[in-house]
Amino acid sequence: MSATTLDAVPQGIRLSVSKQQRRRHRTDRLVAALCIFATLVVLAALGSILWTLVARGLSGLTIDALSHVAAPPGQGGGLLNAIVGSLIQTALGMVIGTPIGLLAGIFLAEYGRNSPFANAVRFVSDMLLSAPSILVGLFVYLILVETLGHFSGFAGSVALAVLVIPIVVRTTEDMLRLVPVQMREAASALGARQWRVTLLICRAAKAGLATGVLLAMARTAGETAPLLFTSLGNLVWSVSLDQPMASLPLTIYQYAGSAYDDWIQLAWTASLLITVGVLAINIIARVMLRSKR
Amino acid sequence: MSEHTPAERVPASTPITVGAPEVRAVEALPAETKISVQNLDFYYGDNHALRNINIDFPARRVTGMIGPSGCGKSTLLRTLNRMYDLYPGQRATGRAMLDGVNILDGGLDANTLRSRVGMVFQKPTPFPMSIYDNIAFGIRLHEKPSKSELDGRIEDSLRRVALWDEVKDRLKAGATEMSGGQQQRLCIARTIATKPEVILLDEPTSALDPISTARVEELLDELKGDFTIVIVTHNLQQAARCADQVAFFFMGELIEVAPADILFTRPRERRTQDYITGRFG
Repeated sequence: MSATTLDAVPQGIRLSVSKQQRRRHRTDRLVAALCIFATLVVLAALGSILWTLVARGLSGLTIDALSHVAAPPGQGGGLLNAIVGSLIQTALGMVIGTPIGLLAGIFLAEYGRNSPFANAVRFVSDMLLSAPSILVGLFVYLILVETLGHFSGFAGSVALAVLVIPIVVRTTEDMLRLVPVQMREAASALGARQWRVTLLICRAAKAGLATGVLLAMARTAGETAPLLFTSLGNLVWSVSLDQPMASLPLTIYQYAGSAYDDWIQLAWTASLLITVGVLAINIIARVMLRSKR
Repeated sequence: MSEHTPAERVPASTPITVGAPEVRAVEALPAETKISVQNLDFYYGDNHALRNINIDFPARRVTGMIGPSGCGKSTLLRTLNRMYDLYPGQRATGRAMLDGVNILDGGLDANTLRSRVGMVFQKPTPFPMSIYDNIAFGIRLHEKPSKSELDGRIEDSLRRVALWDEVKDRLKAGATEMSGGQQQRLCIARTIATKPEVILLDEPTSALDPISTARVEELLDELKGDFTIVIVTHNLQQAARCADQVAFFFMGELIEVAPADILFTRPRERRTQDYITGRFG
């Protein structure tokens, strides 16, 4: 059937087109295969991490591990103070960091826009976003630990807040900028003042803003380095913000490097707990963002 | 729909001399001027977008503004409620007198001005809240009405845009769930609910289907009894159907302004003739 077609057009052109088409087809399949391969590598890495955590950690996930305070090796200690310490420090870090991050992000998107000051703030915030977290820990050590003379849960929370702020600034500004400029104009055209317009735009972007906050929480909940020099960790029960405070990442850091089997088991269990927690926060964030669309 | 005798809609106080029956009223009724633009120049940074514009917008009439893209018609529209104030680098010189007060010299607060000069945009812009709250938003910016008064105002404005029967059972439903045509009528309702004197419309039907477009056009005819209307449109038939007076803009200049039937049948200027006969633009 193609013979008639070939007769109808000059042969050279016809052939070169089909050769080119074949080459495009090959390239297309090659690129698709490479993409699928790369995806599988990522999934395999993620899958093996999760599998290892579940395999090693799940057996230690007992009521005792969750309800007992840390204890010397061999004496049946648990993770209770680490869990509570992580919850307190993450929550306080979010309470301190979120309003600052939200307000700064709102400033960048709605007020400062492209002014020199806004550009400077944006630049510094983005640098902070990629700053090594251990530097943040050292910074807070200098201003809150050295000056007060002792480690404290409060200093740990402040260190986490310093990490939260640039993340929230970035996501807040991005989400507000996604709101069409027409909505700002429509509100202004009704005679709304700038603050009223800004409230409306935040309302339009609220799912995105909440997602940014959750992602910041997921990111900081697993941080170890900022806590090393600030809250230090605590082997006895303490919920005082004025005292050194335990946390899951620090417990993993201390126990995993120890020589005691039961401590190492607790480190696996703590790793599982923190991974599941972070995963859950991420999933909630995704669902919220999807329901917005 | 534009077959009404315009005199029906004009308050008795306005002097009327009706001309020959086939002539549209605006020829006979230049009467009151709501906004008078005098020697207006507009700049986007260094770009001189409008040059020495002089035009009067008659009260309770529809003025259509036509011209090719980039000719400055939307720019003029956005000058009339000082929308350009939102953007640094944009400025206007000259005068735009609203009831004899120059709105360009900063003497009039922009938000007060915008409560008197409302605007409807090309794309419907419902706010992310209920139908009820969309309209209440505008009213509450300027007044503190009681609950029952607010309910009444909202019903009134929805009735005027012929949306009441479609939405009266779901006032608390999200406005973004409505169809595009309904959203645009909601935006018009939101604008008239704040009781402006002038309504600016920037290509209000270009994102709508023909049926929704026809409804919005009918609405304009109905609204001009109470409001001074300025509409930017790319649709020449729409300008012919809706407008009493039509202004043709080209490359930042006002080429010609005349009653609709005159501008479309015997334009004074060569360029107007070329544009309306489709020779460019």
